[in-house]
Amino acid sequence: MSLSGLFVQALNGLAAASTLFLLASGLSLIFGVTRIVNFAHGSFYMLGAYVAWSLTDRLQGAIGFWFSIIAGAAAIGVIGMIVELTIMRRIYRAPELFQLLATFALTLVIKDATLALWGAEDLLGPRAPGLAGAITILDRRVPQYDLALIASGPLVLLALQLLLTRTRWGVLVRAATQDRQMVAALGVNQAVLFTSVFALGAALAGLGGALQLPREPAGLSMDMTAIGDAFVVVVVGGMGSIPGAFVAALLIAEVKALCIALGDWQTPLGFIVAFPKFTLVAEFAVMAIVLILRPWGLMGRPDTTIRPQGSTSSLLTQPGTRQSWFIAGFALLLFAAPLLVEARSYTLVFGIDVLTAVLFAASLHFLMGPGGMHSFGHAAYFGLGAYAAALCAKALNWPMWAALVAAPAGGLIGAILFGWFCVRLSGVYLAMLTLAFSQIVWSVVYQWDGLTGGSNGIVGVWPSSWYSSKAAFYCLAVIVCGGATLLLRRILFAPFGYAMRAARDSVARSEAIGLDVRRIQWIAFSIAGAFAGLAGGLFAFSKGSISPETLGVSRSIDGLVMVLLGGVDTISGPIVGAAVFLFLQDQIARHVEYWRAILGLFILALVLLFPAGIVGTIRAWTLRR
Amino acid sequence: MKAKLLGGVIAAAVLSFNSLASAQTPIRIGEVNSYKAFAAFLEPYKRGMELAVEQVNAAGGVAGRKIEVIARDDNANPGDAVRMAEELVSAEKVDLLAGGFLSHIGVALGDFAKQRKIVYLASEPLTDKIVWQGGNRYTFRLRPSTYMQSAMLVPEAAKLGKKRWAFVYPNYEYGQSAVATFKALLKAAQPGVEFVNDQATPLGKIDAGAVTQALADAKPDAIFNVLFGADLAKFVREGSTRGLFQSTSVVSLLTGEPEYLDPLKDEAPKDWIVTGYPWYAITTPEHKAFLDAYQKKYNDYPRLGSIVGYSTIKAIAAAIAKAGGANTDKLVQAFSGLQFESPLGKATFRAIDHQSTMGAYVGRTAVKDGKGVMVDFAYRDGAAFQPSDAEVKKLRPAD
Amino acid sequence: MSLLSIEGLSKSFGGVHAVSNVAFSLAAGEMLAMIGPNGAGKSTCFNMINGQIQPDAGRILLDGEEIVGRPPHEIWRRGVGRTFQVAATFASMTVLENVQLASMSHAGAVRRFWRPMALYPVEQARDLLDQVGMCEQADRPCGDLAYGDVKRVELAIALANDPKLLLMDEPTAGMAPKERIAIMTLTRDLARRRGIGVLFTEHSMDAVFGFSDRLLVLARGRLIAQGTPDEVRNDPAARSAYFGSDRAFEGIRT
Repeated sequence: MSLSGLFVQALNGLAAASTLFLLASGLSLIFGVTRIVNFAHGSFYMLGAYVAWSLTDRLQGAIGFWFSIIAGAAAIGVIGMIVELTIMRRIYRAPELFQLLATFALTLVIKDATLALWGAEDLLGPRAPGLAGAITILDRRVPQYDLALIASGPLVLLALQLLLTRTRWGVLVRAATQDRQMVAALGVNQAVLFTSVFALGAALAGLGGALQLPREPAGLSMDMTAIGDAFVVVVVGGMGSIPGAFVAALLIAEVKALCIALGDWQTPLGFIVAFPKFTLVAEFAVMAIVLILRPWGLMGRPDTTIRPQGSTSSLLTQPGTRQSWFIAGFALLLFAAPLLVEARSYTLVFGIDVLTAVLFAASLHFLMGPGGMHSFGHAAYFGLGAYAAALCAKALNWPMWAALVAAPAGGLIGAILFGWFCVRLSGVYLAMLTLAFSQIVWSVVYQWDGLTGGSNGIVGVWPSSWYSSKAAFYCLAVIVCGGATLLLRRILFAPFGYAMRAARDSVARSEAIGLDVRRIQWIAFSIAGAFAGLAGGLFAFSKGSISPETLGVSRSIDGLVMVLLGGVDTISGPIVGAAVFLFLQDQIARHVEYWRAILGLFILALVLLFPAGIVGTIRAWTLRR
Repeated sequence: MKAKLLGGVIAAAVLSFNSLASAQTPIRIGEVNSYKAFAAFLEPYKRGMELAVEQVNAAGGVAGRKIEVIARDDNANPGDAVRMAEELVSAEKVDLLAGGFLSHIGVALGDFAKQRKIVYLASEPLTDKIVWQGGNRYTFRLRPSTYMQSAMLVPEAAKLGKKRWAFVYPNYEYGQSAVATFKALLKAAQPGVEFVNDQATPLGKIDAGAVTQALADAKPDAIFNVLFGADLAKFVREGSTRGLFQSTSVVSLLTGEPEYLDPLKDEAPKDWIVTGYPWYAITTPEHKAFLDAYQKKYNDYPRLGSIVGYSTIKAIAAAIAKAGGANTDKLVQAFSGLQFESPLGKATFRAIDHQSTMGAYVGRTAVKDGKGVMVDFAYRDGAAFQPSDAEVKKLRPAD
Repeated sequence: MSLLSIEGLSKSFGGVHAVSNVAFSLAAGEMLAMIGPNGAGKSTCFNMINGQIQPDAGRILLDGEEIVGRPPHEIWRRGVGRTFQVAATFASMTVLENVQLASMSHAGAVRRFWRPMALYPVEQARDLLDQVGMCEQADRPCGDLAYGDVKRVELAIALANDPKLLLMDEPTAGMAPKERIAIMTLTRDLARRRGIGVLFTEHSMDAVFGFSDRLLVLARGRLIAQGTPDEVRNDPAARSAYFGSDRAFEGIRT
């Protein structure tokens, strides 16, 4: 690798950094002011590309092209404004992270709407007029458009900095980012501020998408790839810090460019390190390292709780006699199900899926609700459990029961290891570190063909013969998932459960009564990991095969959706949430073509109807009566 | 209100499904696919399938019964795919399973078929593992595998006589095994060949500028590309802006398929050696018949997905006819060695590994009327691009 | 030997000297008040003593043993209880559960996973609540309490480990004058009866001059005066530092 080659690769990295920055700056702005973890940001980015494509398709010439880019960004700003006014505004007071659920639903709706409007085929946009060619630098041709992009990042940064420091609006935004109550105290119209910030953030995402058009086709998977990148950049930079996002974008893009430039490296020890392969997780590895060294990102400041002001966590009440009878009756009904439905029927198959999802959601809820630790990467422990079980069953020929013991052990070991780092962080940073670890685990599983079967996974993980009947396996699932869920519940009412909630409610007070907060959180993290692993083990045997998807991001998100849907402040929330989510998904996907949009609309309706989660809201209703 | 809405949705859906069913009990084919996640391939696929069902039933069905497809979306998730397969088998009582797009879902469904002892025809998933390491008595595969398609390109690649080769591929099993196959076969065909650079890029997230630059810096004489979809579009645009393809030959997997070539419009690469589907220039009568019927029904041209969907149903119909019904054991026997008609010509399901010999077109890309096309192409019969039977036997576990 | 003795305690945040070179001592059973304007460094001192902030320099000896560098939960184990300036209780628990958890922590019984908390004895917690006059509200969620009541609960929590030293950051903030007298009387009785050393800050001069044995006056991180209430009242430096006027303490009855 020559020095001139490295230099040009650094230029490539700069161009990529600008793209990342445009994407991330809007997200950072929105989070800073509204504390919304906006999952739909990637969708805004994707929409920006599509809208700009449609405009460039109709408007020719240089003026037409650049007008299309600006108009695309503006259109997305308007969409963002509408979203804020119609949805987000109604749920600012909802429990922590609840807004995430609404934005998740939006991603589903936007994706299907885009499919319906623009079709499935990738849409390659035109090259930028006047910037279509390349310039020769050090004997290498660099696209003119890349050079324009390199300039665009700092320009947008400068514009944002001027806006934030030189205007009254900007002062308010900065004040709100640092202290939300202060803005309320200043008598600022908070609603207008939030709406404008949301619209500007969305417009920046739209601009980022539109500016990508000369480099990549508008496609339906842009939203998901973008949202991951955006979050990583924002968190590495420090949430709410625009210059931080810029530095983070530079760091990540240059690390990737360097990996690609280095190629394969023959180590002195004989084996080959393929650096380009590292781009699969480069951003997450960078994020993990940054967060371990700097728990609030490169330029962030402490205290970015995602717990909104004024939310009081409700009491957990011990079940009364009536509730205990209800639980017993419900358990009986679950056991009787095989007698009520035909033995091989789909109901049992679906029941098994619901049961494993319930245990997974309950373990995540244990961590998020009473534990107060948000996780965007809980699937890692589910997947580690699934792989532990599958490997023990397949490679070591263990019987099913032994593999099912190995499953929680797998989740536990992972959680002990990663939890040690995670509990040193809090809020969104903690959540993102869990995501980083889960992506690192995912990439190892995805690449380690020899052990894990790589992207194809492991097949032939079927239950021992005795359980091969669906009814028998279903009963096993009822016992294992029901028992484990009850056990988690039991722990919550034991002194340790109180200590967990104490650590969540007030760290300072907990420490001042002699609780070792980190130790308690570490133990809680490990317990949650072990139970997720158990759910994963059961999952492996119920499906007969597993693949890296079992520890992928989308499973983590599904878990979050289940917990939030049910209500994070209630114990039965995750159970109801998991059942409702799976039921909706199953029913709608089976019978409706645009099932993602319908599912998204259902979730939005639930969000607006049940602003404390289904169980939380119903409980509030009954209490009011 | 919500319950009503859901009820209405379900009722409407049930009605529409019921109206499809005919009075006599049809043979039911359960079809699991990632319809919404990979709509660009699977919308034409579904159309091809529907056309074939229509034709088969118009001709009076097979073995005295009509056929019916019950399709399910798996959300691109193997866990959901297996659940949908369970639902199709236990609630819908389908007679056999088909479909699959992603390799890991194909592998999972294949194993499910083995466990539940039901025939599964993997239509699209390309991984070699479906018929080799993960092969079983009940699973058959229609599309030419990764191995076969890579192998089809090797003779052309060797003819180029280039010494220094570089590789760019999506960083997962498909890309890795395509490159491994290509390297092994090329080395055998052209001793002394050198491999100078490997770029494994994250699927859907290629840093095209940096990758193009790194490839150019390695100064290869030729490149083997396995990228597809948006990654391919980005790579092609960066590569042509940066002049990567000016002095470098490119051999490329799947790039001639309309799904991947058409979005590139007039920027489609020129003179790449590719596998693909030149629907506009295939003159065989069986393809002409398919093309006419397809265009008449949909007023759109077919993609490769259409061929795969259509052939899936045709192959299943042929198997049912040979088996005289939908009994699983008889179907298994019927599929082994089954010859069937596809728009690409006759093909056979090999008894040794259940892989069909359906082939692909290999040719060069060009741009015509502002659109990428394949020229100088020839059909490569899949039967000719297989490892020896002894090797296959070693790879595939006994049933 | 004094219960608490502090030497050369210093802490700065980003170049601002929050606390510099503070030294004082506190005897068992003594009521020691720390006063000073906002930002004088009172809370920083408290946070260093109970281990939440690490000092840049200085020694903190509890019963003659160095506690600098020990984590808060360990300092608590050595018998330091505290209340916070902004009252901190566990909002998702009842008043009783708050105190019970502190008692169980004192008994080293929080890492128990099976037997429900409700089945553990509550007599000690009820007793503590009785002492601070919160018995009637034992089953209310702490999140719903009036601010003054939260302060009382905090005191009960702080007493749960039978402390040798009690750090009370503005214990009567948000209380009516009558309540204020009651809680300070209670605190002084406890200090005397059990030999607890109490270090407290207050803005209410009634509480400060009425209940302290000695006073420390802090200004801009420095200890500028200390002594009995009478000595401090007559100290010109303290008078001018406190309200910028030497009439600041006039009219305060003792």
